[in-house]
Amino acid sequence: MYFDTIIAGFGGQGVLFMGNLMAYAAMEAGRQVTFMPVYGVEMRGGTANCTVVISDRQVGSPIVHEPQAAVVMNNPSAEKFGPRVKKNGLLLVNSSLVEEQYVKARTKRILRVPSLQLAQEIGNPRLANMILLGALVELSGVVGVADMVSVLPSALDPRYHKMIPANQAALERGASFAQDNRGAV
Amino acid sequence: MAKRVMVKGNEAVAMGAIAAGCRFYFGYPITPQNEIPEYMSAELPKLGGTFIQAESEVASINMVLGAAATGARVMTSSSSPGISLKQEGMSYLCGSEIPAVIVNMSRSGPGLGGIHPSQGDYFQATRGGGHGDYRTLVLAPSTAQENYDLTMLAFDLADKYRNPVMVLGDALLGQIKEPVELKPYRKKPPAKPWALTGCAGRPSQLLKSLYLADGDLTVHNWNLFKKYQKMRQEARHELYRADDAEVILVAFGSVARILRTSVDILRDKGKKVGLLRPVTVYPFPDEAVRAAAQAAGRLMVLELNTGQMVEDVRLAVEGKAPVDFYGCPPGTIPTPEDLAREVEKMWRKGGGR
Repeated sequence: MYFDTIIAGFGGQGVLFMGNLMAYAAMEAGRQVTFMPVYGVEMRGGTANCTVVISDRQVGSPIVHEPQAAVVMNNPSAEKFGPRVKKNGLLLVNSSLVEEQYVKARTKRILRVPSLQLAQEIGNPRLANMILLGALVELSGVVGVADMVSVLPSALDPRYHKMIPANQAALERGASFAQDNRGAV
Repeated sequence: MAKRVMVKGNEAVAMGAIAAGCRFYFGYPITPQNEIPEYMSAELPKLGGTFIQAESEVASINMVLGAAATGARVMTSSSSPGISLKQEGMSYLCGSEIPAVIVNMSRSGPGLGGIHPSQGDYFQATRGGGHGDYRTLVLAPSTAQENYDLTMLAFDLADKYRNPVMVLGDALLGQIKEPVELKPYRKKPPAKPWALTGCAGRPSQLLKSLYLADGDLTVHNWNLFKKYQKMRQEARHELYRADDAEVILVAFGSVARILRTSVDILRDKGKKVGLLRPVTVYPFPDEAVRAAAQAAGRLMVLELNTGQMVEDVRLAVEGKAPVDFYGCPPGTIPTPEDLAREVEKMWRKGGGR
């Protein structure tokens, strides 16, 4: 078993937390995993992104050029990472923010997720990242939404523990959206 | 099983140091190793230890010397340009035979360079970047787990040989987040009768690197030399799928972990290739490299620089087998596929240089 993904967006969209949560869940599920953030100068202003690799074997490279899956949260990341997704890979587009002209890819498996609208449905527009993460884990199948929920207490700073139910709702809403649209990808 | 946590490579270094009893940290910030001082600044005061952000790298390495002279376990960390500034202090640590741990999460140079991962500090680390005829033990982790394990080992080796020990990582190994098993540290640090602890009830003693009396410095240097000879027994390496290999790749640190995947890719294509990873880069695992060259008949060295460790490999092999080299200067990190392709290219060319 081997899976890799790049999650990208603006700094502040919760991109690194998405990757972190997925990595925590994979560790708790007994997998080998690496999480690699971009750091330093790239984090200021431009795009923030991280790479998560999950495997049964020791992970060699924590950096991936052509990922099996990518989540793109804004225009620059759609432009940069969309075309890099493997030919039969999965591209999740934050269609609330990414304009269609920036969606370019070799893969046909593209799911546009109206994350803001879905997050508003469950009452917190700030959880758009968890909507997309729920969709990603649902479609990739490497870790379950339940695995993600169970590690929320250790991955989230105690200050935000009151947000756990809302995060759970957002993950589940994203997953159900992906389920409903599975046919498209 | 010990507790498994998901931590950054830099944090794993700091956790290993604290587990091994390090209670004094002196440093000056620089990317990409800032999580080490950050962690130490939060945790050391809770343990009754001391964290000081010094006014410079030069100040911090001299604080290391002073604190370590009292027998405490002491660490500093930095990244390439900062490590250059610490070289004078490292030479003094060697000359005065004071143990300490120095971490270099190296970035790219020369000069200020950039914050990308690089293995361009191999020469500086393994040859001793300061003045004088000295050697420093250098451990080269390739995972966050090894950042933890080898930092603990670094303290033991420093005390054992009364010598500074360097942990040589890079930006990739500092920034990566991986599960780390927090193995407890069970050893008892050795007694340090040489330490400066106040001379009440005993004769006073001195730690120094200045020897002006006729012949003293010669004796001192021969004694150091004998110690460096003894340090050679600490050479460590790891082999991966090397048993029936026709080509053995040699790489350390971050490149070695990427190459593990390249080996799997090439094995899947039927290529008989293996990997030898020096875990200590000083002392260099000469004998293991020589044995690998004899068994496989051909070595290829891959590094994140334009050719440094390859010299040690060629010295070890003594011309008895071809040694090819592929180097990546700082910039893009090669993928396992990139490196597998380069190995195949060298393979097709045949023969080594």
